[in-house]
Amino acid sequence: MHYNIHNNMIKALDSFGKYLLLMYRVFARPERFRRYFVQYVREMFQLGFKSIAIVLLISVFIGAVITIQIKLNIESPWMPKWTVGYVTREILILEFSSSIMCLILAGKVGSNIASELGTMRVTQQIDALEIMGVNSASYLILPKIAALITVIPALVIFSFSAGVFGAYCVSWFTDTIVTSHLQLGMQYWFQEWYVWCAIIKSVFFAFIISSVSAYFGYTVEGGSIAVGKASTNAVVSCSALILFADLILTKILMG
Amino acid sequence: MIEVKGLYKSFEDKEVLKNIDATFEAGKTNLIIGQSGSGKTVLMKCIVGLLVPTAGELLYDGRNFLKMSKKERKLLRREMGMIFQSAALFDSMTVLENVMFPLRMFSDSSEKEMYRQALKCLDRVNLSDAGQKMPDEISGGMQKRVAIARAISLNPQYLFCDEPNSGLDPKTSLIIDRLIQDITKEYNITTIINTHDMNSVMAIGEQIIFVHEGTKGWEGTNKEIMKSNCQPLNDFVFASDLFKKVREVATEDIK
Ligand SMILES: Nc1ncnc2c1ncn2[C@@H]1O[C@H](COP(=O)(O)OP(=O)(O)O)[C@@H](O)[C@H]1O
Ligand SMILES: [Mg+2]
Repeated sequence: MHYNIHNNMIKALDSFGKYLLLMYRVFARPERFRRYFVQYVREMFQLGFKSIAIVLLISVFIGAVITIQIKLNIESPWMPKWTVGYVTREILILEFSSSIMCLILAGKVGSNIASELGTMRVTQQIDALEIMGVNSASYLILPKIAALITVIPALVIFSFSAGVFGAYCVSWFTDTIVTSHLQLGMQYWFQEWYVWCAIIKSVFFAFIISSVSAYFGYTVEGGSIAVGKASTNAVVSCSALILFADLILTKILMG
Repeated sequence: MIEVKGLYKSFEDKEVLKNIDATFEAGKTNLIIGQSGSGKTVLMKCIVGLLVPTAGELLYDGRNFLKMSKKERKLLRREMGMIFQSAALFDSMTVLENVMFPLRMFSDSSEKEMYRQALKCLDRVNLSDAGQKMPDEISGGMQKRVAIARAISLNPQYLFCDEPNSGLDPKTSLIIDRLIQDITKEYNITTIINTHDMNSVMAIGEQIIFVHEGTKGWEGTNKEIMKSNCQPLNDFVFASDLFKKVREVATEDIK
C-alpha cells in the first residue's frame, strides 16, 4: 500500500517534469509567424466556434433550472423579491459559466486535442514534422493554447448571457416568477469585479485544458488503444486540475 | 555520403543495435535489409536524429551530426527528406498543401513559386491531377508517392525511406522502388531505404547492409547477395520458396 502511493507520487512528479519540458519547447520563439497565425485562426474555429452550440444549449437550460429551483426552494414571503434574480445571477457568473462550463469544455475540447495529437503521433505525422526541422511541439500546441485562451473567456461571457436568457424565459413562459421581480434581482447590487473574476479564472482554465490535454496527446506511445487512453486521461486530469485551480483562484480573487 | 561509425543503441537494458559501421554513398540506392524486429527502423531513426544513439559517430558529408549545435542541425534537416512506413501525410491538408508544407515553412519564395514547385514535384511522381484530394481519398500507393513528392520538395541531399512499399502490391512496389531510384540518380541524392522485400533488394539494391539481431551481418550488392555464404543472410534471402527455386535453377545451370 505504502509502496504503491510512493510509486504513484514518483510517477506524477515524473509526468509533471515531462510536462514542464514540453511547455519549454512549446514556448520557443516561432520562426514562421504567418504559419502559426493561420493555425491559430483554424484552431479558434475548430475548438471555439464549434463549441458554441453546446454552450448555448447547456447554459440556457441551466439558467432556467436554477431560477425555478431558487424560486421553489428558497423564496419565502419574508425574503425580498429580488432574491431569485440576484442568486441566479451570482451562481451563473461566479461558478456555473466560469467553472462548470470549463469542466464541460474540458470534456469536449480536451478529448479533441488529445486524440488529434495522439493520432498524429502514432501515424508518424509528428516525426515527419521533426524530420523537416519543424519544432512540432510549438507548431502544433502553441496555436491551440493561444486559441483557447482567446476563445474560452468569450464563451464564458456568452454562457452567462445565455443563462440569463434562460432565466428570463422562465418568467416569460411560465408563471413561476414575475419578469419585473426577476429583473430587479438581476440588476441588484451588480459588481463588475465578479465578471472580471470569471474572465480571469477562465483564462487559467483555458491554459489548463489546452496544455494538459496536448501533453497527453503529444506523448502517446503505441497504437489506437493508447490514443483512446490518452484522451480519457486528458479529460480526467484537466477536470481535476480545473477544480483544484478553481478553489485556489476563488480564494485569491474573492479574498 | 553518410558514414555511420561504431553505432550502439540501447533502450533501458535492451541492446537493439550493436557496433554498426556503414557508408552510404550519394547517387546510389543504399538498402538496409533484415528480418522484422532486427533493428532497421531504430537504425534509421538514429541516423536521422529521431533517436539519440547510445554511442557512435554519424557523419553527413564529413559533418558530425551528433556534435552539431541545435542551429546547425536544424539547417541540416532542411537537406533531409523522409518517407515513413505509414506515409505520414498531414491528414488535415490536401495533397497539394502537404507537398507545399515544407516550402511554406522554410523557403522564402513567393506563394506562386511555391505552388509551381509543389506542382512540379507532384508531376514528378505522376500525380499532377490529385492535388485537391485529401490523403484519405487516395490509395496507399498514391499516398506513398505524395510522401515522396513532399520529401523532395526542398531538393534534399539525403533521402530516407522506411519500408516504402510495405502494404503495397508487387507491381505498385516496383513503381515506388523505381521512382526512388530514378530520383536518387537524377539529383545525386544519398538515399537509404529500409526493406525486407526481396523484390526490392534484387531490383534496386546497389549497396546493401544486412542487419541481423542488431549487428551488421553482411554487406555487398544485389549481384553478390545470392552467392554469399553468410548463414543468417541465406536464411533471410531464401526464406521464400520462389527464391529457393531460383537458387536451384541457377546451380543446375552451372552444372
Ligand atoms: N522505443 C523503443 N523502446 C524499446 N524497444 C524498442 C523501441 N523501438 C524499437 N524497439 C525494439 O527494437 C527492436 C528493433 O525494432 P525495429 O527497428 O522497429 O525493427 P525493424 O527491423 O522491424 O524495423 C525490436 O525488438 C523492438 O521491440
Ligand atoms: Mg521497421
